[in-house]
Amino acid sequence: MPVEIVATERLACGYREGYVLEDISFTVNAGDYVGIVGPNGSGKSTLVQALLGLVPISSGSARLFGSRCDNFSQWGRIGYLPQSLHLLNPIFPATVAETVALGLLSLKRFPRRLTRQDRETVETTLDVLGVYDIRSKLIGELSGGQQQRVLLARALVNDPELLILDEPTAALDPETRERFYHMIADVNRSRGVTVLLVTHDTGVIGQHASKMLYLDKRMLFYGGFDDFCHSPEMSSLFGEHSQHLMCHRH
Amino acid sequence: MNLIEILSYGFIQRALLAGTLIAVLCSVLGVFLVLRRLSLIGDGLAHVTFGSTAIALALQLYSAASLLVSLPVVLLASLGILKLTEKARLNGDAAIGIVSAVGISIGIMLASVGGGYNVDLLSYLFGNILSISYEEVIIAAGLFCVVMVLLWLFFHDLLAISFNEELARVSGVRTNLISAVLVMLTALSVVLAMKLVGIMLISSLLILPAVSALQLARSFRACIVLAALQGGCSVVAGIFVSFLTNLPTSAMIVMINLLFFCCSCGVRRLITIRNIG
Repeated sequence: MPVEIVATERLACGYREGYVLEDISFTVNAGDYVGIVGPNGSGKSTLVQALLGLVPISSGSARLFGSRCDNFSQWGRIGYLPQSLHLLNPIFPATVAETVALGLLSLKRFPRRLTRQDRETVETTLDVLGVYDIRSKLIGELSGGQQQRVLLARALVNDPELLILDEPTAALDPETRERFYHMIADVNRSRGVTVLLVTHDTGVIGQHASKMLYLDKRMLFYGGFDDFCHSPEMSSLFGEHSQHLMCHRH
Repeated sequence: MNLIEILSYGFIQRALLAGTLIAVLCSVLGVFLVLRRLSLIGDGLAHVTFGSTAIALALQLYSAASLLVSLPVVLLASLGILKLTEKARLNGDAAIGIVSAVGISIGIMLASVGGGYNVDLLSYLFGNILSISYEEVIIAAGLFCVVMVLLWLFFHDLLAISFNEELARVSGVRTNLISAVLVMLTALSVVLAMKLVGIMLISSLLILPAVSALQLARSFRACIVLAALQGGCSVVAGIFVSFLTNLPTSAMIVMINLLFFCCSCGVRRLITIRNIG
């Protein structure tokens, strides 16, 4: 019996100008690796932000671990990695270790104090992600690839059951990007962490993800990548040439 | 006159004690404010303090008693800035500008009507740390303890929202509450600092130690400690130098902070050149 991690029913989100997302219904089960793709402005990031309660839901519903997103409180079960370029204040004086330790706050109650055991957990995570040697460096002094590894360590340090990544490789070179995606796939396979990945790169989805969700304000497709590639419906929607390009980038 | 003789004066002892406590508070809070791009909130709240002091003087509440009016008014104004930012879809700087202008306008209107207490009110513009009373020292010490305990309790939450508000929310931090705590702590400190450097110069005590520490700190904790050290040292040095040179203490404290900032920039530059070399 699959365990439901994320579920939406006729979800709609919008601003004054109108709906950004409309009629989105899907379910993600434990252990799934779902790639969310779509053109710019298709509502990919809005969907992720609605699930996390960062933008209000206009109608319909969304649940995380069975709880409604608007009053969700089990943040220790989630790891989140937003787009790096939006994230970092270059003058922020936190070290790599201090930054990763912030990921443990979701497991703490007020007053949130970190223990010696927490520091050991941070060091273990830094070691696993290969950033232990730079633990004393300031986050603003690192390269884009190193920063993204540190932020992934921050997202994983609380041992989450669901990892949400919003275009995490936008600022990375192709080689670093490839290594990063292998790392995520490994986290999904070896730890059984459910992954929701927003990306432009359909090749990554074909290579690593178990499911694909294609958005363009509405949900145009949700299912296995091979099903997408062989779907006559998608073929008529995108045209055979575009469908072929999306399916054979990897 | 030697150091021992200077220290034997009661007003110098009071100024050193209250001044150091308030400067440490402002410097620590300043690190969070600068990182959250709220540096000018101190300036805005100082203008509100001017208005609230005018109200207190109109009610014939002088010295420490004026805090009975200033503290609640400035605390409300600090929350008003947050609400304007959230509800009226304004940027933080615009909200600070509105509250600041209203605060100073109230002060000017009351000063114009009151006439007789103009001189008292103007003394708050530039501060007079050497006239701090014993009661004000006690209040400063009490509020110092309150603010420090709150900072200790909310330290990681404040660090999280300063790093990134979106990530903090997804870590379960109640960002609206923590932002309110930060601006209210700032409001308390601004009211206390009014006597120290005056309304016109308060923001320098919030900003300069923080930006100097940001030049040199190699961790967040080090940044907080460096800022607090600079704030405290600048007040002690400012009081002594102004006493010996017969120059205004508040302006001297600001100039010493500026000197620290220039030195920090210089040291950082040297470190960068050495690392490149």
